[in-house]
Amino acid sequence: MLVHLPILQVIVPLIAAPACLILRRPKLVWLFALFASSLAFIISILLLQQVMTAGTISYELGGWSPPWGIEYRIDKLNAFIALIISGISTVVLLAAQTSIEKEIPKDKQPLFYILYLLSLSGMLGIVTTGDAFNVFVFLEISSLSAYSLIALGKDRRALWASFQYLIMGTIGATFILIGIGLMYQMTGTLNMADLAVRLPEVAETRTITTAYVFFIVGVCLKLALFPLHFWLPNAYAYAPSIVTAFFAATSTKVAAYLLIRFTFSIFGISFSFTTLPIETMFLVMGLLGIFIASTVAIYQDNIKHVFAYSSVAQVGYMIVGFSLSTPAGLTAMLLHMFNHALMKGALFMALVAIMYRVGSSKINDLQGLGRQMPLTVAAIVVGGLSLIGVPLTVGFVSKWYLVVAAIEKGWWWLAGLVLLGSLLAVIYVWRIIETAYFKAPILGQQPVKEAPMAILVPVWLLVSANVYFGIDTRFSVEIAASAAKSLFGVAQ
Amino acid sequence: MTMILGLYNYWVVIVLMMIGFYTIIAHGHLIKKIIGLNIFQTSVFIFYISVGKVEGATAPIWQEGIILYSNPLPHVLILTAIVVGIATTALGLALIIRIKEAYGVIDEDEIQAMDNQAMVNQDKEHQ
Amino acid sequence: MVGIALAVNQIKDMFAVVMLAGIYGLVSASFFVAMDAVDVAFTEASVGAGISTLLMLTTVAMTGRTEHEASHKPLLALILVAITGGLLIYGTFDMPYFGSADAAVHNHVAPRYIYDSMKEIGVPNMVTSVLASYRGFDTFGEVTVIFTAGIGVLALLSVAQRPKDDAAIEAINDSMHEKHLILRVAIKTMIPFILLYAFYVQFHGDYGPGGGFQAGVIFAAAIIMYAMLFGLSAARRVITQPFVQLLSALGVLLYGSVGVVSMINGGSFLDYSVLAADPIAGQHLGILIIELGVGLTVASVMIIIFFSFSARREYQQANKGASL
Repeated sequence: MLVHLPILQVIVPLIAAPACLILRRPKLVWLFALFASSLAFIISILLLQQVMTAGTISYELGGWSPPWGIEYRIDKLNAFIALIISGISTVVLLAAQTSIEKEIPKDKQPLFYILYLLSLSGMLGIVTTGDAFNVFVFLEISSLSAYSLIALGKDRRALWASFQYLIMGTIGATFILIGIGLMYQMTGTLNMADLAVRLPEVAETRTITTAYVFFIVGVCLKLALFPLHFWLPNAYAYAPSIVTAFFAATSTKVAAYLLIRFTFSIFGISFSFTTLPIETMFLVMGLLGIFIASTVAIYQDNIKHVFAYSSVAQVGYMIVGFSLSTPAGLTAMLLHMFNHALMKGALFMALVAIMYRVGSSKINDLQGLGRQMPLTVAAIVVGGLSLIGVPLTVGFVSKWYLVVAAIEKGWWWLAGLVLLGSLLAVIYVWRIIETAYFKAPILGQQPVKEAPMAILVPVWLLVSANVYFGIDTRFSVEIAASAAKSLFGVAQ
Repeated sequence: MTMILGLYNYWVVIVLMMIGFYTIIAHGHLIKKIIGLNIFQTSVFIFYISVGKVEGATAPIWQEGIILYSNPLPHVLILTAIVVGIATTALGLALIIRIKEAYGVIDEDEIQAMDNQAMVNQDKEHQ
Repeated sequence: MVGIALAVNQIKDMFAVVMLAGIYGLVSASFFVAMDAVDVAFTEASVGAGISTLLMLTTVAMTGRTEHEASHKPLLALILVAITGGLLIYGTFDMPYFGSADAAVHNHVAPRYIYDSMKEIGVPNMVTSVLASYRGFDTFGEVTVIFTAGIGVLALLSVAQRPKDDAAIEAINDSMHEKHLILRVAIKTMIPFILLYAFYVQFHGDYGPGGGFQAGVIFAAAIIMYAMLFGLSAARRVITQPFVQLLSALGVLLYGSVGVVSMINGGSFLDYSVLAADPIAGQHLGILIIELGVGLTVASVMIIIFFSFSARREYQQANKGASL
């Protein structure tokens, strides 16, 4: 059984999805989905343990050795990401049934869980596979289910947001397909490890440069790196709240993983960072993303939009870490992927609670909520502090490592800019906190109760994780640093 | 000269791709965008299949006596990609039907205008 | 083909545009045949020129026939297109020439597929051996993609049937479906042959072009034709919604269980050699069952999608009638 873990990681949720169609009642389907997701989470923990002790795992699908067959390759990097994805998925699912009672019509609720599980397996599949074309197939599984899930939102703008995401996402996926095709044309293989071996001989050709550019642009569309981020704010704002909680914490991490994997393990450092001015470009895009998105966030009326633009900014931080092209910079990026998942997971889950009770996520409608929903708003406070980067939270840890990595390179100005970005976060977080605690409730508005336990428990699980991993950073830092070092080592 | 002969197939495919890509971006009508997406994707498929062709070979089905076959791997990849394409198209068209019901129009600019107008109206209500 | 693409761009009558898109698909299919890609041509013809055109026409029927004066951002589009196209052309300069036999793609992984697949799997159609066995997991993903689209369309378009709608819907049905006697008789006689052909394609896919996808689409096409002629209600009586949903799930589960059984028998996921005493027999068995799973899911999802589109149209018509 243990030897099959790599493939079980993906097929447990994948086979669970159609099985849901056989059960009928939403509550049963929810329990079944929760069970499948928890299994996936346990598997990811076991896999991470295996990789930390035994090194990279390889699994041959169909019994055919690569490059003729498809290979699953688990190393520290993707075991880490798989852990994040399955963990967030399980925690979010705990609150799902309660939340969708109010946001999705009853006859569509079983379909919701099927799409959710399909999205989960799609993301896990992208992360665990060692075959380039397999990435494309699972990318489409996760994307198609994402478009459908977003379109389940109540507001009609959810439909339009989903359509825009569909168009941009499919263009991105087709660009990735072009990139893979060009790589295949020049090397004759689709297996990632094999590509890494064969690409250096053809690395000088214009075709491979074109392949790299198309692939990277496609990934950046999915990553919502400025200026290709346009689909994200509306998709996050108008999707059902629980869907946003899941995606905000996971989907951009998967795209970031693809960027790291293809740049370091496949194209190789010497190609990626010398052929094109990747460092400079990403640095500029990342910084622009941080400042422009944070500024736009300040002016938003809807908290979901605030946090969505904040996510675009956080992607900017990750890319800045990436552009440093040092192990320290990559460690900062990986750390931020983990921490951001916790931060945004907690924040959007708190929004789930607010949507459940208040029915709106406009800042103006939350006046005085601090007294009526104390635990929920406290969660937003902690999450907000984490976003800003206050010590004792995970947000501080990522920013710290990023600043240290920048200083290590002698780029003091960059460290300053990172701190400046945090100031912008203070502004938009403060707006929310001020409204919730210091403004009186609107006259005539119904008073609301605290959120139900089913939602409150997952919220505080994530919030406590924010604080716990902010204080005891051994786990996250050890894995991130170890993965970063081996990525730099592999490509040498 | 041989270079042009050897490569012009690819160039024509690229032209097709770009027409499809242009249709997606420039046109506001949602169904046309989906059709543009289709043309774009189909052209990528044509590209992949051209890569697999071997001069003077035959289809990759085993027959006694034939030695030269075209490459089956791109065929497999494109079969999958075609299916992915129709899945995306079906979802896109379903979305368009719902958008038409909700908005009454299916043109990008008109929908955007309606959304902006709705936001302006909401702001007026709050004041 | 460039001409067709340009025409699609310019013409404002959506009906014409959709038909042109269908023709584009057909021409691509013939191009694929010229490139020796017979399986691909088969699939493109049925899916790209068939189902795709059908769904688009249904959508146009529901959304209006003309495009408004919308071409508003030609400049931005032209710039983007020029950059992208230029980059691609730049990339072609180092490519191996079209059709050359010593390109990397033909010399590394492909030779084993071509020359050894008969020995290792025993199936003449090399595309089937790669699709179903060597890269069987990709195909599992593909079946899942189709299933996802089916569920997505259901989530978007399905309407809960209420009893009082039924009478209105029956009335619309009667007015919508084809009354021509000749057409009904002719199609009624053709449908069994089409279904038979679908089964032939399904099981002969090992030896000639064909396989699960193509068979599934052809099967669905027969059912769709029946629905178009005799009305959605009549078709729904034969193929009920819960039944076809169950079938779509069953196809994916069938595929997955083959993989699970392989694991139980000691091999890795989807290793067919351990399914029977003789590895070659195991391969044949595995391929047979998974292709069946593929055909099942593809056929049911295509039917689900078409039924959902049509049902939504009836729902719209019924509501329009009710509000008058």
